[in-house]
Amino acid sequence: MKIALMITCLADALYPDVGRATVRLLERLGHDVAFPEAQTCCGQMHVNTGYQDEALPLVRHHVEVFEPYDVVVAPSGSCVGSVRHQHAMVARRAGDEALAERAEAVAATTYELSELLVDVLGVEDVGAYYPHRVTYHPTCHSLRMLRVGDKPLRLLRHVRGMTLIELPAADQCCGFGGTFALKNPDTSTAMLADKMRHVLSTGAEALTAGDASCLMHIGGGLSRLRSGTKTVHLAEILAES
Amino acid sequence: MSTDLGMPVVAPAGVGHLRGDRSFPAAARAALGDTQLRRNLGHATTVIRNKRAAVVAELDDWEALRRAGEAIKTATMGRLDEHLERLEEQVTARGGVVHWARDANEANRIVTDLVRATGQTEVVKVKSMATQEIGLNEALEAAGIEPKETDLAELIVQLGGDLPSHILVPAIHRNRAEIREIFLREMPGVDPELTAEPRRLAMAARTHLRERFLRAKVGISGANFGIAETGTLLVVESEGNGRMCLTLPETLITVMGIEKVLPTWSDLEVFLQLLPRSSTGERMNPYTSAWTGVTPDDGPQAFHLVLLDNGRTAALTDPVGRSALHCIRCSACLNVCPVYERAGGHAYGSVYPGPIGAVLSPQLTGVEDNASLPYASSLCGACFDACPVRIDIPSLLVQLRAAHVDANRGRRVPTPEALGMAAAAWVMADPRRFANAEKATRAGRLLGRAAGRITTLPPPLSRWTASRDAPRPPAETFREWWARERGGRS
Repeated sequence: MKIALMITCLADALYPDVGRATVRLLERLGHDVAFPEAQTCCGQMHVNTGYQDEALPLVRHHVEVFEPYDVVVAPSGSCVGSVRHQHAMVARRAGDEALAERAEAVAATTYELSELLVDVLGVEDVGAYYPHRVTYHPTCHSLRMLRVGDKPLRLLRHVRGMTLIELPAADQCCGFGGTFALKNPDTSTAMLADKMRHVLSTGAEALTAGDASCLMHIGGGLSRLRSGTKTVHLAEILAES
Repeated sequence: MSTDLGMPVVAPAGVGHLRGDRSFPAAARAALGDTQLRRNLGHATTVIRNKRAAVVAELDDWEALRRAGEAIKTATMGRLDEHLERLEEQVTARGGVVHWARDANEANRIVTDLVRATGQTEVVKVKSMATQEIGLNEALEAAGIEPKETDLAELIVQLGGDLPSHILVPAIHRNRAEIREIFLREMPGVDPELTAEPRRLAMAARTHLRERFLRAKVGISGANFGIAETGTLLVVESEGNGRMCLTLPETLITVMGIEKVLPTWSDLEVFLQLLPRSSTGERMNPYTSAWTGVTPDDGPQAFHLVLLDNGRTAALTDPVGRSALHCIRCSACLNVCPVYERAGGHAYGSVYPGPIGAVLSPQLTGVEDNASLPYASSLCGACFDACPVRIDIPSLLVQLRAAHVDANRGRRVPTPEALGMAAAAWVMADPRRFANAEKATRAGRLLGRAAGRITTLPPPLSRWTASRDAPRPPAETFREWWARERGGRS
């Protein structure tokens, strides 16, 4: 299957390893990966901060770039959530019904990585090997916007050599929330402190999740504490063999 | 010739408790430093959250109930004027008197005048959000009338000279040691040997309140529901103190927000299943009191219903935001909210805290009077999942943020944030500009060379690095790697 990779602006600029791992994983499973180089950003930061007018050209650009593809995948629950739940809304608010319908069509073919693997490609054992103790944080948007449920865990349970440890209070937000972390830094840090406490209580070597943004937040905290616990994206674990 | 009816007005400033004196981040910063508050809130919200989850899981038709609640509220709001007129007609036909209050000032004046007409200088109060919203206690006190809160938690708050911090458990920010201290300090005739044992505290409050119930001639309440078809009002509670206030006095005055009306009793059936499980985590609450007008020789012989707008009609004009009026004040969203759990209710500056407060307060006051509240959320979505009437709070928050940004578009000097967002959008709308900006980010590699992480950044990013490290930009972006490895393929 030919799959277009929506890298997300954050992974493109700061976490290219996540993109490389996604490519390696999908190619190992026998699929053809395309990278539409005109892609930029889904506009979620603008929408969630209140700048919907500014997000409109980003939505239009995203639709134009990805509408030629049958299947699009992103290693992010949050960005797929934006494509699925916000793009048509932004277009409609601006009175552009035609763009809204095109955005809905693109949203219908766009999947978060664990959704693509389990629902579309029908695979749970991707043949990964990762000999470490790992705990998994289900990110808010993958859990409550996309309803990925236990798909990421089903993928992780098949990883050979890995010990998967349950994260206490896993469904609680880490406090990132995009510009929330900057607008409400004290509350965000208080949420992060509890998330880190739970991560460290597992004794895991690594924390994994399906969103580089949440991992940047929790990882930034764990690094500040010199905790010795690292963060690794779900794609990076699944790509190891 | 046409008549200009004008746009509905928002809740007036200077009266009531819908606006804080500080922004949310500033108020939260202070609250987060209160370690006792953090413990009290963390413990209490966890307990209620778990109780709710357990009783909700018992029902296999919970999702259908939520959808029914949502549908009933949506339909009711669509014809609110008709239902309210029916309610008025029925209450009047059964011996009650209906008053219409455009805002907090009108409602306070109506209630104060009604109490004055009885010649009484003391009233007992049922726990009520509407009367807290309009600042009725302050208005009564200014008129020389003493309002006595009778809900245990509201009593603790009133004696402590404090403000409620939760819709359902107004004293959630207090633990029992603190309550004991408040009682010892403020409760006349309290046993000086009082301990912090919950039973002893409840007994002390009971003795204190019993005396007030027996001498009260005027009771003031809110209403959880008003049934239009029969003109019946309802209060749903746990303690029975509400029922004392609703039945013992000679005069009963009820202040009800106009959105609380339900067309029929069969609509109520849905909400009496949704509300107790969502609020206290009980299958059914201990006391549900219903009264219809005046019953000769039984209960209050004078009944007044004050229907309160105070910004609700203004909220109703917003096709997205209006669903905040569906709220049945269960506070399930507060108990699951990670922001509320840490910052507490006072940080919201309104009697309506938590996620629902962050969407309701700005709509009642106009968004610019509560501009920081829509941002007081990480948009994690836990509130929507918990809401018994499926209010999509995250989407409402996002729309209110847009309303705030749009309200400031006319400014002669744009904010640094607005400039930054416009610049970012300009860059991101074009792949070449975007790739160049990514290259510019690489200058950040000069930072954090030794440790591979960045520990200090200039404002506004210093708000990030104050508590978290930032990643050092990679030597090569993904798109550069792709072009190098797979050049020409796309």
